[in-house]
Formats: sequence, C-alpha cells, structure tokens
Amino acid sequence: MGSRASTLLREEEIEEIKKETGFSHSQITRLYSRFTSLDKGENGTLSREDFQRIPELAINPLGDRIINAFFPEGEDQVNFRGFMRTLAHFRPIEDNEKNKNPTASEPLNSRSNKLLFAFRLYDLDRDDKISRDELLQVLRMMVGVNISDEQLGSIADRTIQEADTNGDSCISFQEFIKVLEKVDVEQKMSIRFLH
Amino acid sequence: MMAKMRFVRRVSSLPEFGLLLLVIFVLLEGSLLPLGAASSTSKSCEEAKQGHTEVHNFTKKAFPVLGVDYGHIKNPFEISLWVLLACLMKLGFHLIPRLSSIVPESCLLIVVGLLVGGLIKLAREEVPPVLDSKFFFLYLLPPIILDAGYFLPIRPFMENLGTILMFAVIGTLWNAFFIGGLLYGICQISNSDLTAIGILPCLLFGSIISAVDPVAVLAVFEEIHINELLHILVFGESLLNDAVTVVLYHLFEEFSVDGSVTVLDGILGVISFLVVALGGVLFGAMYGFLAALTSRFTSHTRVIEPLFAFLYSYMAYLSAEVFHLSGIMALIACGAVMRPYIEANISHKSHTTIKYFLKMLSSVSETLIFIFLGVATVDGRHSWNWIFVTMSVVLCLVARVIGVVGLTFIINKFRIVKLTTKDQFIIAYGGLRGAIAFSLGFLLKEDHFHMRDMFLTAIITVIFFTVFVQGMTIKPLVELLAVKKKQEAKRSINEEIHTQFLDHLLTGIEDICGHYGHHHWKDKLNRFNKKYVKKFLIVSERSKEPQLIAFYHKMEMKQAIQLVESGGGSKLPSAVPSTVSMQNIQPKNPPATTKPAERVLPQLSKGREEEIRKILRSNLQRTRQRLHSYNRHTLVADPYEDGFSDLILKKQRMMAIDKKVHNPR
Repeated sequence: MGSRASTLLREEEIEEIKKETGFSHSQITRLYSRFTSLDKGENGTLSREDFQRIPELAINPLGDRIINAFFPEGEDQVNFRGFMRTLAHFRPIEDNEKNKNPTASEPLNSRSNKLLFAFRLYDLDRDDKISRDELLQVLRMMVGVNISDEQLGSIADRTIQEADTNGDSCISFQEFIKVLEKVDVEQKMSIRFLH
Repeated sequence: MMAKMRFVRRVSSLPEFGLLLLVIFVLLEGSLLPLGAASSTSKSCEEAKQGHTEVHNFTKKAFPVLGVDYGHIKNPFEISLWVLLACLMKLGFHLIPRLSSIVPESCLLIVVGLLVGGLIKLAREEVPPVLDSKFFFLYLLPPIILDAGYFLPIRPFMENLGTILMFAVIGTLWNAFFIGGLLYGICQISNSDLTAIGILPCLLFGSIISAVDPVAVLAVFEEIHINELLHILVFGESLLNDAVTVVLYHLFEEFSVDGSVTVLDGILGVISFLVVALGGVLFGAMYGFLAALTSRFTSHTRVIEPLFAFLYSYMAYLSAEVFHLSGIMALIACGAVMRPYIEANISHKSHTTIKYFLKMLSSVSETLIFIFLGVATVDGRHSWNWIFVTMSVVLCLVARVIGVVGLTFIINKFRIVKLTTKDQFIIAYGGLRGAIAFSLGFLLKEDHFHMRDMFLTAIITVIFFTVFVQGMTIKPLVELLAVKKKQEAKRSINEEIHTQFLDHLLTGIEDICGHYGHHHWKDKLNRFNKKYVKKFLIVSERSKEPQLIAFYHKMEMKQAIQLVESGGGSKLPSAVPSTVSMQNIQPKNPPATTKPAERVLPQLSKGREEEIRKILRSNLQRTRQRLHSYNRHTLVADPYEDGFSDLILKKQRMMAIDKKVHNPR
C-alpha cells in the first residue's frame, strides 16, 4: 500500500503541492496515503460518500458542512490537490514565513485565510454575510434538539447584536474578524501535523 | 483659599491617621495583654488555692466583680490578633496608592513582618512559633491552593499541559541538581568549614530551593496582569512542581541520614515520583467526584452547600498528606474536578458564597504567610556565610535562566505557538521562591543537619532577593518589554459560540486526516462526560443543558440582576411592540419544599425568560461580561463603581421619555 502510494504521486506533483500549500515532503506523502485509504473507489478522487464513511465525522455536528468545504463550487469529486489545499488552512503558522516575500500571495494558512475558511462554513450562500438564519442553522446543529426555537432565536439575536457594527443585522467578514480578535486563532485553528 | 485647601488635605488624611492609630492600638493591646496575663495567671492560681482553703476556713472574701483571666483565651486571642493585624495592613496599603503601585504587596507585608517581629523581640524576647511548619502546611497553605485550583482556567491549562509539565518536572530536577551539585563543588573548593558539608545535604538544599513557589508567584503576578499564557505557564509550573519537591526532599532527607544513594534508590525515586503525583491527583479527583455527587442532593439544604466544597477539598489534601502524596496536586485536582458539576447543582447564592469565601481565606492566608516570613526572619537563629549564601542566590538565578532557555528550545519543537524570547525572559524572571521553601527548610531536624541554620539563612536570603528584587522590578520590566497584557476578558457570546464551532471543526478535520490529536481526545472526553458523568453528578433537569445555553443563561442572569439592582427596567418605553401576550407569562409554581427566601433560580419558566430577554434586548447598553479575573481584589465588575453614573443618566432620560409618552404634545 505504501509503495503503491509513492509511485502514484509524482515528484513534480509533490513539488507543486509543496509550493502551493507549504507542507513538507513527508507530510504530503503521509496525507497521500490517508487520501488513498479513504478513496475506496480507487479513482484518484474522493466523493462525499467517502468522507461520510469516516465514523467520527458522522457524529460531528458540523460534519456535513466540513465535508462540503472540501468540494469546490458545484462539484462532487475532489482530487488530491483540492484535498491538500483545504487542509493547508490548518497548518500551523511558522515564524519564518512571516519574513517571506510580501508581494507573494498570502499563504493559505495565514490568520485571515483561516478565519475566511471558518466564515465560509457559516455563510453557505456565499454572500459574504452571516445572516440570522445561517447563524440559527449552525446553532441548531451545535446545540441539539432540546432547546426551543425561541431561545435559540434570542441567542442568535444577541450574537448578532454583539458583533454587528454597521447595523445591517448580519455579521460581515470584517465584523467576524473583529469579534474573534481576542481569540488565539493561530493556535485554535492549527493541527500539529507530523514533521 | 489656602486655609481651605490645607483643611481639606488634613481632613483627607484623617482616615489614614485613624487607621494608623487603630493599628498601633492593636499592637499595644497584643503586647501588653500577654504581659498582664503573665502576672494575672499567677494571681488566679493563688486565688484558686485560696478558694480551696476558703472552703475549709469559711473566711469570707469579697466576690470578685472584675477579674482578668488571659490564659484562658490566650491562643484564639493571639490568632485573631494576628489575622486582624494582617487585614489592617492590607487596608493600610491600599490607602496609600502610590506605594502599592510601586511595591508589590508581598514585599510590604514582609517588611511589616520584620517590624512586628522586631517589636515583639524587644518586648518579650520570645516570639511565638508562628511559622511553625505544621501550622503553615495544614492551615495556611490549603486555602490558597484551593482557591487557585477551583478557579484554575482549565482550558489554557490543558492546552499547555505538556509545556507546564516539562517546566515543572524537568526544570525543577535540573535546578535541584545544578544548584546542589555546584554548591557542593564550591564548598569543597573553599577552604573553610564548608567542606564538611556532604553532597547529599547540598542536593537536599538544592531541592528545597529549586521549587518555584505558588504563593509568591500568585502574589506578584496578580498585580502585573500579564497575558494568560505566561500566567498559566508560570503558575501551573509552581503548582505541579510540588510532587517533584516532595519526592526529592524525602529522598535526600532519608539518604542524608544513611549517607549513600544507589541506583536502586534512584529508580525507586522515579517510581515514587509517579506514585506521588498520580496518587495525589487520584485522591483529589475522587474527593471531587464525591463532592459533586453530594451537591446533587443538596436542593433542600442550600445553606450548607458551600461547606461541602470546602470540606471535601480539605479532606482530599489531608488524605493525600497521610500517604506522603502531593497534597497540592490533590487540592488542585479536587477543585478543578468538582467545579463544573457543583456549579450546575448549587444555588446562585451558594456559588457566590464559595467564591467569596475562597477569595477571603486565601487572601488572609497569603497576608499571614508573608508577615510570618518577616517575623521568622527576625526571630530565627542565623548563621551567615558569605560564600554559601551569595553563591546560592547566584546559582538560583543562573540555573533558572539556563533551565528555561534550554527547555524552551526543546519545547518549541512541539508547540504550535512558539514561546518567544520575551516570554522566556518573563518565565525565568517569574520564578519566585517563597514560604514553602522556608517551611521545608524549617522542617529539617537539627541533629541530622548541623548546618541547618546556614541553610535557613540562605533560603531566606534567596526568598527575599526573589520577592523584593524580582517582585518589584518585574512590573516595570513588563512595561519596558511591552509584553502582552491580559485582555480584560469580556468573554462574549460570540467568542463562546465560535470557539465551540472551531472545536467541532478541528475535530472533524483531525478525523479526516486520521490524526488522533488533541481535539480528538478532548472531544471523546466531552462526549463521555455528557453521556455518563453529567447524568450521574448533576441534578436531573440541568444535566441535559448544553454548555452554550448554560453560558447564555448565566450571562443573562447576571445582567438582569444588575439591571434590577440599578433600578431601571420597570417602566419601559415600548419602542418595540410587544409580541408576547401577557397570557404566556405564567409564574412558576415553586415546589413546596423549596424555601421561599431563595430568590434566584437558574431555571426560569419560559414566560419569565421572555420578560427578562425583552427587558435586556431593549435596554442593552454595554454588555457586562463575566470577568475571568485572576485578581484577588476584584471579583465581579462592581456595577456601583463603573457605569453607575451613566445608569443614573439613563434612568433620568427614561423617565423624561416616559413623561413625554404619557403627555403627548
């Protein structure tokens, strides 16, 4: 299984992914073997069913949304490049990256890109605003069935009220960033991949 | 004009003057009464004897209208006097604002202790054994540790647990061996009578002096309001190194008597460390669960609820000490384990009682400890040896710096958020030693350790150096280095929601990667907790409440209380037409057994909730959040301090609007 994985992934591809996402060689190969183990159909791409087969994801309240985040707009399959691109958001931010060429595009795991990823999980219709309904949906998923709609509604109202600075009763991306400025996003949204 | 100003100034200093008089009075009382007692006890003895002879001789004596019997109440009186003195000192410091901002309270208290010790020595030549190690470890230390453990911020603690353990265990070991070893070498090199000190007593000394002290750290760090990460790192280290200290101390103490250490002893030492640490935690967790379980059944006897929290924790400490396990870790574990369940079960008032009582006890304890440290310094027999004492101070500093730098180098390879040089400096500089080191030194038996006095002198010097020099300079240094300060933690509901959201997200991503990391296990633990533990330990109606809702309720409750207390809210300009009809508001039927005096129930009927929410929604000015305060002086943002004036303004405005509404013109 391991040897098959390394022959299917060409060196140039690894280099490209490395440049795009910043992962190291060993991380990429490791994640590639994970990718192939999930890929039951063995066609080099993952479908939604492949993800749903992961047992812990089924009990995760945000499971469906996370799965959707991997698939680009309107598509049903994700290849390894797309897989890595999404996972790159969760790479820990390293100090030496901050000194890189400022004209180069922002790395995928920068603080604002991490926040944008989280924001997009709330904002399903991609209108760059979290509306009250979208917030309610997420709250409902996280809180379970015991709480009445009214209670949830008032929590949602309160949340929006706290965050909303321009009075449109929606949370824009800027307001989202502002509300989370005290939260240590670099640590909260990073997974320690093996070096 | 000038006369008026002078008069005003004198008047403003009057309360301080009065306080000074009060303190002097108390001191006089404390020193004179015992002197009077010495003579009165003999008198009462004679009287008793006379009384007996009287019975036989039937000679009538006048009935004593007023008598003095000091010996009867001597001990409680002295204790109360000390506590009173400590509290008056605390009051005094805060009346002099400039002083308390430059000099940390701990330093002032030690100075006071020195003065008082000096006074007592002049007056009586016999200082009561105040810093008796037993008294210290059994009565003074537990409240502080319980306070720390109960209010320990679990999340940052767990997230940094690896780092904290590294510093606590390996850092302390490094310190102990480095200091002990080098001191031995120096003693051998020096040509004085220091050469008589063996390697084992030196190592023992090293292990006593190497541990960072939680009391001192708490006292200093609370005043500098440093950011949460550094605070929890240094503080966590000071708490967890107790296990190491206990093992090393007993190890070297035993073997100093025997005279040799073998490899087997070393291995036994390691095993002993694991037993001490894990055993302590286990004891604490056990008692914590018992406390949580007990609190489930206290709905009918709310008055004694806080007592359970204190008693179980104290028993955990004592039980751990019976087996020479780490009592500190037992206390921390007990407090941390029982807190979420107890808070879900007990009434709002009991919760406040626990909080205030803990803060009060720990505050008094801390004050007493520092005063006694000063007194014991004056009283103790000292044996000053330039080389030994100065080298201990120097070596302490050097060992700490090397230890921190070295460990950070290793730790940073595993951390997501690396520790910067500034962080390392603060961690190294914040390694204060305190009363625990002194008490451990005090416990050394004189006959086994003939250099005990010199050790004590050295320990006291190190403590003074760290508390005075490092304690006083750390605040300006923090400013100078522009270290990140503690954010006034207004934990908004946004942060709460989004943090939970991110937790779920990260757990999902970890599962996709097949990576059993931090989040995975935390999620598993939470699930287990929700499914089994909560049902067992929390009163049935509240066990199903999701964390978000509980948080939200708490916040609203607090705001509602504050709003009602400030007097607003009864008459509302209804800008928003009320959609809730009055029929929906049904008063909850209080269960017959609940006392009617119990006002605030965390659980409200739907109608009542709506009312509160309506009030808040239209009245929300500034969200007052729960302060995660590490500061012992302020627990909750006092609504009467800040914002009271604008609350009054708002009320006036509301009444004006009301008038307008009722008299449309």
